[in-house]
Amino acid sequence: MPDVIRNRRIETDSFLRVESLDGVAPDADVLVPLALLATQRDVLQARSGKLGLWLETADEPVEVAQYLPLLDLVVVHFASFADGRGHSIARLLRERHGFRGEIRAVGDVFKETLFYLSRCGFDAFVLRPGESVEEALKGFDVFSEAYQASVERPSPLFRRRQAAVSKGLPA
Amino acid sequence: MYQYDEIDQRIVDERVAQFRDQTRRFLAGQISEDDFRPLRLQNGLYIQRHAPMLRVAIPYGVLASRQLRKLAHIARAYDRGTGHFSTRQNIQFNWPQLEQVPDILAELATVQMHAIQTSGNCVRNTTTDHFAGVAADELIDPRVYCELIRQWSTFHPEFAFLPRKFKIAVNGALEDRAATWVHDIGLHAVRADDGEIGFRVIVGGGLGRTPMIGTVVREFLPWRHLLTYLEAILRVYNRYGRRDNKHKARIKILVKAMTPERFQREVEAEWAQLQDGPNTVVEEELARIEARMLRPRYENLPDGAPAELQRALQEERAFRRWHERNVHAHQVPGYASVVLSLKATGRAPGDATAEQMDAVADLADRYGFGEIRVSHEQNLILPDIRQADLPELHAQLKALGFATPNIGLLTNIISCPGGDFCSLANARSIPVAQAIQQRFDDLDRLYDIGELDLNISGCMNACGHHHVGNIGILGVDKHGSEFYQITIGGSQAPARLGRVIGPSLGHEEVPDAIEALIGVYLEARLHAEERFVDVVERLGLEPFRERVYAQPEAEVLYA
Repeated sequence: MPDVIRNRRIETDSFLRVESLDGVAPDADVLVPLALLATQRDVLQARSGKLGLWLETADEPVEVAQYLPLLDLVVVHFASFADGRGHSIARLLRERHGFRGEIRAVGDVFKETLFYLSRCGFDAFVLRPGESVEEALKGFDVFSEAYQASVERPSPLFRRRQAAVSKGLPA
Repeated sequence: MYQYDEIDQRIVDERVAQFRDQTRRFLAGQISEDDFRPLRLQNGLYIQRHAPMLRVAIPYGVLASRQLRKLAHIARAYDRGTGHFSTRQNIQFNWPQLEQVPDILAELATVQMHAIQTSGNCVRNTTTDHFAGVAADELIDPRVYCELIRQWSTFHPEFAFLPRKFKIAVNGALEDRAATWVHDIGLHAVRADDGEIGFRVIVGGGLGRTPMIGTVVREFLPWRHLLTYLEAILRVYNRYGRRDNKHKARIKILVKAMTPERFQREVEAEWAQLQDGPNTVVEEELARIEARMLRPRYENLPDGAPAELQRALQEERAFRRWHERNVHAHQVPGYASVVLSLKATGRAPGDATAEQMDAVADLADRYGFGEIRVSHEQNLILPDIRQADLPELHAQLKALGFATPNIGLLTNIISCPGGDFCSLANARSIPVAQAIQQRFDDLDRLYDIGELDLNISGCMNACGHHHVGNIGILGVDKHGSEFYQITIGGSQAPARLGRVIGPSLGHEEVPDAIEALIGVYLEARLHAEERFVDVVERLGLEPFRERVYAQPEAEVLYA
């Protein structure tokens, strides 16, 4: 897997995407499909390496919920950046199922998509090939404020405006 | 109207900077055509037949005079001097240059306007009753809630990439003037017996190629829960709406496929998780929005028609007609709302020139409180006019060409821009509208025919709302030629879809066909109050069909 943007920095990724555990060292960090997790749960749990799950945007967060305590990472693959199902998946994993591990967006990910994705609970990103990292990083700061409640900021603007008023600050 | 605070302004300014950057990178070849498309669409920019088309939002149809002057300036400086008011309380400019669009957006931002989410697969401009806050039949002024929805839907992180576009309409009066039954979500603001304000929630209505009347998913949703409930609906749609076929991607298809009952259960289950969460609306926020709405300071005027008005009504027939058709009852004694018809014969429905926009802005300042409304019927409205000023205003409007007394009548045609401008269109709309207006130009005849909505769309995307016209005309393409399919019996309120009368007709046959429909109606009506749509309801399609296709001069072409 190519380098990952985490905390607005490029970091090297340790996860190996695998379809089976054959020949994989027990301490390797692995990224597995849902099917493998469902059939080899105990084996995966017994390994010392980190565990990540690969999801497509059509997958159901509720089916994933039972495995979340085992996971260090959930990857959501965007075949197209215009597929908003992935945004709902991240919010549900964070807000409904309380997942605190890394949620990583991969696939059709670039500068314009980072602002929305990060507000939905994605905290790691792999840019599609050919994108400038430096340019993309600016994508996080395009907007300095947002109206809605989000994973990043659970209180919507209208509540924060209210708080500012009651503290005597300018709204 | 809502006045931005520093944060609202900053968000719009940052959007301008973002779009400037995106346009720059696109023109420099750093963003591909395919990637730029959804990005520009989320900012209302289409690449059209002749040039880009920029659609600017007029949130819930309310404009200040300085905003209208800015639109006039944009029409003059960046377009060819005209703007087109659409059926969704937007204005469209048909001739801007792509390179100049960031500058146009920057100009709009100086008067608290934008083009955010006026297109694309996201939540679009929220629309409402064009008489909101002034109509005599109003239960609730829906505009505070519209602003609440505007803010909630602006750059919503989860719902920026829905399966398809998403339109919300709110109505708060007895008469539904917001077409709420044919929107993705329709909201009826209502007051419960105990005085609590809430909404009847309708989902899954829509026009387009699969027209449907929406389903009520909740009879009464208390106002506090408005945003969490909208989130629940949108989340169910975002996750389960079809993405494999754009013609089956609207929420109406999902509601139908799931069945309304199951869809409702899904929404309620989702809402059970969101209810009372942080998005629960607080009273202070409604009060904050209300405080930022500039409300007119009405004078204390006596009820009843003042002498000037009575005199004009008695003495001038033209004024009487205009008063009957274009003047609407107001909540406040001594005031009225005036509809400016953008449907004079020979003009493209909904079009206004820069000079006309400036002149209307002046009239709004002089006779009103500097406010103008835009209706989904593509007319402008001066909402707060002293009744004593009506005769003088009428004279001014006449000079401007905005006093055609045809509101609610056959020539008040709703029409999309059609094939003259739009690249989606299968056929032209404007010349057909003009031909019909010319045929029915005689006012006596128009008045005799009485109330009749005639709507024209140039393709089945139905921007001209043809399905809910008493007479609907749909442009279709047959072997590269323009044809027109006619429906009758549609209506907006109560929401009813028109039915096709038969094979489509050529361009030049349309006025004759309308003439034939009107002929049947006039012969069959029992009394002057029985409207065209009532007669269609009573008699069915057959007599109308017979007459249209019996026309010897009409060369009927079968599909």
